[in-house]
Amino acid sequence: MTDAPAPSHSNSARAHLVYVLRDNPVTLIAFALCAFFVLSALIGPYLVPHDPLATNAARALQPPSFDHWFGTDSLGRDVFSRVIVATRLDLTISVAAVALSFVIGAVLGAVAGYWGGWWDVVLNRIFDTIMAFPLFVLAMGIVAALGNTVENIIYATAIINIPFYARLVRAEVNIRREAGFAQAARLAGNSHLRVVAFHIFPNALPPMMVQVSLNLGWAILNAAGLSFIGLGVRPPTPEWGIMVAEGANFIVSGQWWVALFPGLWLMLAVFTFNLMGDGLRDLVDPRRRT
Amino acid sequence: MRGRAVALGLRIAQTLPVLFGVVLISFLLTRALPGDPAAYFAGVMADAESIEATRVKLGLDKSLPEQFAIYVGDLFRGDLGRSVGTGRPVLTDLAERLPASLELTLSALLLSCLIAVPLGVWAAVRQGSWVDHLCRVLVTAGVSLPTFFTGVLLIYVFYYLLGWAPSPLGRLDFIYLPPPQVTGFYLIDSLLAGDAETFFAALRQLALPAATLALFTLAPIARMTRAAMLTALSSDYIRTARAAGLTPRKVLYGYAFRNALLPVVTTLGMVFSFVLGANVLVEKVFAWPGIGSYAVEALVASDYAAVQGFVLAMAVLFVILNLLIDLSYALIDPRIGFAGK
Amino acid sequence: MAPKLLSVNDLAVSFRTRRGEVKAVRGISFALARGETLGIVGESGSGKSVTSYALLRILDAGGTIRTGGVTYGGIDLRAASERGMRDIRGREISMIFQNPRAALNPIRKVGHQIEDVLRQHGRASRQDARAKAIKALADVRINDPEARYDAYPFELSGGMCQRVVIAIALACDPKLLIADEPTTGLDITTQKAVMDLTRDLIRARGMSSILITHDLGLAAEYCDRLAVMKDGEIVETGAAADVFARPRHPYTARLVDATPRPGADLRALLPAEARTPLVPHAVSNTPLLEVQGLTKTYTGKSGPVHAVKGIDFTIRQGASVGLVGESGCGKSTTSSMLVRLLDPSAGRILFDGQDIGAIPADRFARNPLRGAIQMVFQDATDSLNPRHTARDTIGEPLRRLTTLDGAARRARVEELAAMTGLPAGLLDRFPHQLSGGQKARVGIARAIATDPRLLILDEPTAALDVSIQAVVLNLLADLRTRLGMSYLFVSHDLNVVRLLCDEVIVMQGGEIVEAGPAAQVMDAPAHPYTRALLGAAPKPPSAPRSPQAPDRAAE
Repeated sequence: MTDAPAPSHSNSARAHLVYVLRDNPVTLIAFALCAFFVLSALIGPYLVPHDPLATNAARALQPPSFDHWFGTDSLGRDVFSRVIVATRLDLTISVAAVALSFVIGAVLGAVAGYWGGWWDVVLNRIFDTIMAFPLFVLAMGIVAALGNTVENIIYATAIINIPFYARLVRAEVNIRREAGFAQAARLAGNSHLRVVAFHIFPNALPPMMVQVSLNLGWAILNAAGLSFIGLGVRPPTPEWGIMVAEGANFIVSGQWWVALFPGLWLMLAVFTFNLMGDGLRDLVDPRRRT
Repeated sequence: MRGRAVALGLRIAQTLPVLFGVVLISFLLTRALPGDPAAYFAGVMADAESIEATRVKLGLDKSLPEQFAIYVGDLFRGDLGRSVGTGRPVLTDLAERLPASLELTLSALLLSCLIAVPLGVWAAVRQGSWVDHLCRVLVTAGVSLPTFFTGVLLIYVFYYLLGWAPSPLGRLDFIYLPPPQVTGFYLIDSLLAGDAETFFAALRQLALPAATLALFTLAPIARMTRAAMLTALSSDYIRTARAAGLTPRKVLYGYAFRNALLPVVTTLGMVFSFVLGANVLVEKVFAWPGIGSYAVEALVASDYAAVQGFVLAMAVLFVILNLLIDLSYALIDPRIGFAGK
Repeated sequence: MAPKLLSVNDLAVSFRTRRGEVKAVRGISFALARGETLGIVGESGSGKSVTSYALLRILDAGGTIRTGGVTYGGIDLRAASERGMRDIRGREISMIFQNPRAALNPIRKVGHQIEDVLRQHGRASRQDARAKAIKALADVRINDPEARYDAYPFELSGGMCQRVVIAIALACDPKLLIADEPTTGLDITTQKAVMDLTRDLIRARGMSSILITHDLGLAAEYCDRLAVMKDGEIVETGAAADVFARPRHPYTARLVDATPRPGADLRALLPAEARTPLVPHAVSNTPLLEVQGLTKTYTGKSGPVHAVKGIDFTIRQGASVGLVGESGCGKSTTSSMLVRLLDPSAGRILFDGQDIGAIPADRFARNPLRGAIQMVFQDATDSLNPRHTARDTIGEPLRRLTTLDGAARRARVEELAAMTGLPAGLLDRFPHQLSGGQKARVGIARAIATDPRLLILDEPTAALDVSIQAVVLNLLADLRTRLGMSYLFVSHDLNVVRLLCDEVIVMQGGEIVEAGPAAQVMDAPAHPYTRALLGAAPKPPSAPRSPQAPDRAAE
């Protein structure tokens, strides 16, 4: 933005972050957990005790011990190392997918919500059609058609999430289109484009942040689910969904650790993102400033 | 009342363009296959000759619009292609396996609504009490649950550790015979046949997968019920009703709950989308012989006609479910057909 | 004196909130005789509505009666069981509410909602409930009650909804009716109809009533006695005419002063110490804005909707013109076209001789005249971007429409704040951190930032308390003189328009039904609609008050 608001803002933004974190202990926990996952993704692969791909038939299916904190899988690979190393891939998939759908959805939603008319009708038809599929099933279809790769998992996840953002932004923009402050912005000499981009759209950010946090969770679940049924990531790449799938075969014979730990990590990551929603919203909502 | 009839008619008519879109997307998905679609549809074992035969049979040598016309024509004749895996028409396979999926999905939804709706209502009425906190924890934890993982955990606890559940393999233990087919739902068919033993056996098989799916759908329904009840309870008309001396029962059920049902019914559409997707995962975990596990097997075997048939069937099923939801919404809400939309 | 029907003794109500306990009502006492009508008057946050909920014990979650007692016909309402209270609510004491549409269950037929109450209190059986509900609808003078029985609230107008709410309240012949801002949000002629109906029904049934309102004039017209509330306390009670004519408490005096009434000028709305002489504004004979055959037609679902049907008028340089009418009369559409946010379907808008109506609204943002025509919006909260500070908001037109930069722009923003009486220390606040009056000042400062020649004021005080309205109206009058602006003042309130405007235009159904000098239109209205509007405005007892107000000096 060329017209940056008053200069005191970066200072007050930091103060606001501290305030939001202090105000709500749940938010603090969520942000701490998130920091843990981000760190795991960034430096985890360099710190893990074992090579996540190294097999050792002699040490297959060993329960958790001091040497192997989360035990070993059927090929004798260290489950702990694999769980930590998998963080990077799972986070990358979800963040990339959500970022894609956020940007595309925001633009399409703002167009439909502000200009309405034909744009609105056509875009709504497209979103209706996408939403007419059970989303996971559509993702399956897309990955099956485009090819079994990690990038295609990202695209598929992004496509099924676009309607959520677009609809949200459309509604938020639409109710503010005739608001006094939007008209005042036009009287102040702003073009329609500037009014949407700099005056109306930022007001849609708080609910979008809640959506982002939920979507990050869904995106991970979605990607893990696709891997679970054998799409996308392929063995022996460490990925939480695949690891649960591999572990599921041993659960009926009591080797619980192979599936439990990747599953727990997956749950914890989704849980973290879901918890972050309110905190993220408060961060971008000036009304929460006192 | 004419406005309502017109609105309902319009709503039913609206499914047509959506169905068209669904067919178009699934057509595009088949044609977006990397490489030669004919090779895919002919199956992995096909030689050059049968690939060529498939190409001509599917009209893949023609232009895209022509191919689409052929595709739609085939659909109208109920021809979804032939599965490489089973060697039978995909439509036959799907029709045979659909009751298993529906029985699982519907019993899971029923179970989940029976728990989630009262829980949400209770949490809203006793806002801030332990019920409310329990509801909030369940809701946040619930949306974080990967169904395939919960399924695996439940198997470990109830089958391996406690031994309460039968082995997680299909709809019925092999020592029982399936009941004579009427509806395709084992629970109903066994009751119709008066066979209590088979009924309980089927129920035991169904318990874990249904619970897995129900746990997953509990969260959105309870969350929406709670929020809708809170909104309804803080509405002005509730104050009017209280000021007029109506009993708390009447205020709660006659006034607040009926209004709160509207957003809950809307949410059910989204829940159906989740549950049909999660169904695939749960069927794989429990080896449930529904259309989900059929699709997974087909995916692994690169049996694309089967996969596309499955995607299309799911979409059509979902469109119909959404239509039913909207129609039932119109039954509750008298405003449909008047205020704008 | 008649025996007391209701007596309230030292009643205190507080709410538990996240920031601790908030005392909404702080020990108030009053009594109500049989057949009496009491008005409880106060501005927002005075605790007047909470008082009424406390009487019926229908406080929102977190609210409790701390101390005091409420006795109704010998029954201690605070000690009564919840079951006992249910028998009293609706049968002995009833209530009607503001925002009547929301006060009705949206998905239940209005007839059934009346039946619910009748059945609850044993006034009707399954067999005769329908007949009795229809009679209740007929009692509130709803036409064709049999057909309305099957209506849902969304099918009825606001005034009609309020009649249904009254029908519910009176269905079981209660002895006391509490009306909580019953006409807020209704048009002024509807307001009069609803208030007259309520008064007639109360009189006919020999009931008592409590009218809770922010409008001192309304309360004075319809009530026998008034109680004035401020910050949870009753500061003054007395006979309605006495309170209005001889307020004893300084707050009441301020409230009485601020209420627009015939015979008072702008400055008379302010407290005595703030009444500096009003410098008259100069009006030239040169036209600034000429509107010729202005028309707006929308394409609706069932054919074209004629919002504005070819109107003509002129605003002279320096003049203030009032545009008056009820909701749906086309006044907002007209102002949107004049301010060039909306394109007219036909007609010319000549500004200084140039037809600005021919420039598409989409392109007017870049027109040099953009800064010359500005607008103050109706709802100050809605018209300020929640994400922008007051400084950003006021500076926005400067940034887009002038060449002012950096320090010059900051200085100009601070100058504008000073002109509108906004303390410079508040400039870095967000809208939610400002009071209603402060937000109104920000909106005005933004509108005058580019030195406009024509300012369109769209009900700029409709959402404000009267004491703040008084200040804002005076501020507008001063700015007009100082900056030589012309005003188009859009309003539904003739009493307010009279204060600020030289000329008045009355609109109805998209047409101008009457126009002329303010005094002439007000004092000798020619058109029946104008007369109806004037007749519907509350008429507070205009007992002449000595300008020195001797009893106020004593306090």
